[in-house]
Amino acid sequence: MRRLRFLVPVALLAASISLFAFEARGAEPGTASTGEPESEGRRLFVQGCSSCHGFEAEGVKGHGPSLIGVGEGAADFYLRTGRMPLDRPDEEPQRGPSVYSGAEIQALTKYVGSLGGPAIPEVHPEDGDLAEGQKLFTENCAGCHQIVGRGGMLPGAVIPDLGAANARDVAEAIRVGPYVMPSFGHLSQSEVNDLARYVEYTHDPEDKGGWGIGHIGPIPEGMVAWLLAGVALLFTIRLIGERTTR
Amino acid sequence: MTLGGLFSRAVAALGGLSGLRRRQGELHQISGPASRKFDAVRSEEEARREDGRARLAEHVPPPELDETSDPRAELVVALLLIAAAVAFAGFVVFYVVSEDTQLLGFCIGLGLVLAGVASALAGKRVVIQEKSTEEYKDYGDREEQIQVEDHLVEGKVGVTRRKLLFSSLAAVGAALGAAAVMPIASLGPRVGEKVYETPWSAGKKVVDETGKPITLDTLSAGEFITGFPAGASKDDIGSPLVIVRLETDELELPADRAESAPAGYVAYSKICTHAGCAVSLFRYPTFDETQPGPALVCPCHYSTFNPADGGKVLFGPAGRPLPQLPLRVGAGGVLEAAGGFYEPIGPSYGGIREAPGEQPL
Repeated sequence: MRRLRFLVPVALLAASISLFAFEARGAEPGTASTGEPESEGRRLFVQGCSSCHGFEAEGVKGHGPSLIGVGEGAADFYLRTGRMPLDRPDEEPQRGPSVYSGAEIQALTKYVGSLGGPAIPEVHPEDGDLAEGQKLFTENCAGCHQIVGRGGMLPGAVIPDLGAANARDVAEAIRVGPYVMPSFGHLSQSEVNDLARYVEYTHDPEDKGGWGIGHIGPIPEGMVAWLLAGVALLFTIRLIGERTTR
Repeated sequence: MTLGGLFSRAVAALGGLSGLRRRQGELHQISGPASRKFDAVRSEEEARREDGRARLAEHVPPPELDETSDPRAELVVALLLIAAAVAFAGFVVFYVVSEDTQLLGFCIGLGLVLAGVASALAGKRVVIQEKSTEEYKDYGDREEQIQVEDHLVEGKVGVTRRKLLFSSLAAVGAALGAAAVMPIASLGPRVGEKVYETPWSAGKKVVDETGKPITLDTLSAGEFITGFPAGASKDDIGSPLVIVRLETDELELPADRAESAPAGYVAYSKICTHAGCAVSLFRYPTFDETQPGPALVCPCHYSTFNPADGGKVLFGPAGRPLPQLPLRVGAGGVLEAAGGFYEPIGPSYGGIREAPGEQPL
């Protein structure tokens, strides 16, 4: 919530500055010479994104990368999961509520897609194999995201919890490699399906032991066991050590 | 009332239910407040002294619960112990006949609880508990003191072979120390050059988890994959590789390794040089101007290595670089080793050298 409150004035400021800048730029001869009606996506891009990514999406040194050739998948992933726009260019993009409506995201995605690059990746978790998915997840993803997808940390970055990630997010992240995550081009379409199926399963996994403790991993689970055992031990020590009075 | 008190009441009630009776009290009938006999004939001073003594007696804390051993309690404790032994034996039996680890845990847990209850009960009902007060005797006698001191001195003087005794004691100490140190001789053979023997040698093809050869087309820049030597065991500590493809202009390899990374492919041992975990985290920035640079990270203690610079340690507890394996391109674009690792693989230990042939540090 704090993040959102902070975003509103920043977005407004960015929008007004970029609008102003665009007006000034639009007045120059040559820029508006195409005569084509400006698309909604382009308008939103200039308003909300160009301060970091550049007016022609060519990138701004030290602020944001070029979006030419990144494709619809990347734009869809960052916008839909609320990772973009950022408050500050050097901040780690994290999942949150999106500032754009669904239609606006579509328009922006279409605009970024028109600059070249791969389309939104397909994913069919219903065709995926859960066991295979777990195996692939262990091999490729669990190092960072933890085996039940609860995320963690890495020097220099927070690793997101996949609890809110749907199949489409998973497929896009695998292909795009957002922030410091590498991309996984060598995974086949069916492997992506398997992984998406497994990530969906981790949202509500079957707890063999009966008590998941938030699925945060074996170390906290061990800690809980120790704490419970510790209480029982203290109780027993107290019992043995206590003088029996009449 | 404390929790422990409640519990001991509960245990006592349980004991009562099961027919255990406290055999107590008899010992204590005599230690009640001394009955005051008041004699009118006594002098006033004497009466005052008596009064003071009586008040002192009132301050004596209530006597502790005394119990003599109860044969029935002994029986119960013995039964509990036998039950615990059976539970522990159950562990052994289930270990052999069943694969259910929860059953094993149950047996051990039950056995420990039974043994615990047995010892608690034994402490409370079997071992005699008694608290008695004894008056301090006055040792103010000078004569007696001198006598005691004399006795002590005599004891010392009486030892005529002190030197012999002390040397024997020293001998015992030395022999015990030697015995404690001796088992070091039973430690395994020296690691020696074994640590440099891995399945990798020049020409060994690199395959992925499923045995498919890894070629120049497998990865794009910014991707990584786990590799293994074709036709060798995956379980060998020297086998697994983490193969990363970087942009060729990102590489900062030392001059003597310039040829080790064809088309930006760099290979490192997947085993962390700190504690031997699998280095399974790869960080690759989308926009390197504002994001942390490429790194291989070990999930155990966050040792962070730079894949662009020969596996140099960027952060964390690892003391030496991640060992790099030189790669080259074989027939059909398949990646293969161009030689063995540059450094010894596996977790570090005292005296490990940076490279084969170097003197120990």
